[in-house]
Amino acid sequence: MPELKGWKELPIGGLIVEPGNAKQYKTGTWRVLRPVYQPENCIHCMQCWLYCPDQAIVVEIVDGKPKMRGYNYYYCKGCGLCANVCPKSTDPKTKQPAPEEKRAIVMRPETDFAEE
Amino acid sequence: MPAKQALTGAEAIAYAMKQINPDVVAAYPITPQTPVVEYFAKYVADGVVDTEMIPVESEHSAMSACVGAAAAGARAFTATAAVGLALMHEIVYIAASLRLPIVMAVANRALSGPINIHCDHSDAMAERDSGWIQLWAENVQEAYDFTVMAYRIGEHPDVRLPVMINFDGFIISHGVEVLETLDDDVVKSFVGKPIKMYSLLDTEHPVTYGPLDLYDYYFEHKRQQIEAMKHVPKVFKQVAEEFEKISGRKYDLVEEYMTDDAEYIMIALGSTAGTIKHTIKELRAEGKKVGLVKPWVFRPFPKFELQRILNGRKGVIVLDRSASFGAEAPLYEAVKSALYEVAVRPQLGSYVYGLGGRDITPAHIRQAFEDAFKGYLIADEERYLGLRE
Ligand code: SF4
Ligand code: SF4
Repeated sequence: MPELKGWKELPIGGLIVEPGNAKQYKTGTWRVLRPVYQPENCIHCMQCWLYCPDQAIVVEIVDGKPKMRGYNYYYCKGCGLCANVCPKSTDPKTKQPAPEEKRAIVMRPETDFAEE
Repeated sequence: MPAKQALTGAEAIAYAMKQINPDVVAAYPITPQTPVVEYFAKYVADGVVDTEMIPVESEHSAMSACVGAAAAGARAFTATAAVGLALMHEIVYIAASLRLPIVMAVANRALSGPINIHCDHSDAMAERDSGWIQLWAENVQEAYDFTVMAYRIGEHPDVRLPVMINFDGFIISHGVEVLETLDDDVVKSFVGKPIKMYSLLDTEHPVTYGPLDLYDYYFEHKRQQIEAMKHVPKVFKQVAEEFEKISGRKYDLVEEYMTDDAEYIMIALGSTAGTIKHTIKELRAEGKKVGLVKPWVFRPFPKFELQRILNGRKGVIVLDRSASFGAEAPLYEAVKSALYEVAVRPQLGSYVYGLGGRDITPAHIRQAFEDAFKGYLIADEERYLGLRE
């Protein structure tokens, strides 16, 4: 959960007095499905980064090229768009969903991680 | 030099607003408020004020325009009545929630239906929980004085709330009375420059108004509004003290009239207080120990003042000019609840009167006092003055 402030600490009227503070708002608590990254299958095409409606895909630039490095779960809402657009989610021959062990992103119920 | 003038309540409020010279006035005509903005429009047309006057298409828009203007840091004013206020309702809450010190004059009129244009307090009572400060004038003088004081109260950094000035429709709005007005420069320096906070036009400090506020923060923002209301009595008294220095007229949260030794006290809002004072004088001449308490401020409710004044009296009669269908009338309910804590509770009686502009006469007031003299006040019984059975 984000750190929630008490009424004495907040600006009045629900005003936002600090531009760009949405990044303090950790929307990851909404998630019911969690995208799990399987780097061995990733081809670093950056489709997931491009389509993620938040900024939950972690990218590292290596030799001028972007590399997928997993997720920032503070912001990932679990919408599943990344898994949907990932080319590794589809079997290139059958055009059917690829088996889980071949995918770069697998969506799992958040309850699997309840212990964390 | 203060000047004596003979004005209607509507004219007096418009005159005070001329002296205040607000940045924005947005309004839609409605009886009996219309003359307020009509007189003000003349000041705009004559170029004696710098105000941007916005004739909008509805009261909902009038309050919306005031919200926008006040958020931008402008002094905004509107006036309305009855169904006009009801049509604003959504934005009335928003103005208070966004903590915008708008000033609105309400020429109190009965809410429809059946349609009626005359005075009662149902319009303002429908807004009593909206988060607005509610001031109630008894006459033209008080309507003028409260208009001069309103921005100082609402704009105070510990308050930041909108202020509603209630003045009985037709009785005050259209009745001509002699009042004392202050000089333009005295009003100007009393009101001063607007105290701006979080102004949208302050581009150095950008601010967002009205973002979505869900279960994680909405409650905290409501708590802040509750707190702001708690600061009003202190700020009202400060402003009233300063106002007394320029006008010689003394205001407080409630007015006490002949209460010192009074055994029986009547409580009422607005112009009826004048009729009650007249009746009290007659009853005093007959040796009856009677008095009046008139809340000048109804929101926040002056609970502690009423507890202090009413504790130990023989009888308290509360007059309401609006009904609460299925519950006790609003002023009565609040007084009764305040008296729960006092050491010696008086007998209590609830009298509803004057709905839809029905006249209230000294005979009606005397009738309620007579009930009290006989010890015939029943706390759980609502009675009606001037109603045909
Ligand atoms: S996870 Fe999928 S979409 Fe994202 S970079 Fe790797 S292969 Fe491309
Ligand atoms: S599940 Fe949605 S929010 Fe989370 S990383 Fe994928 S696209 Fe972004």
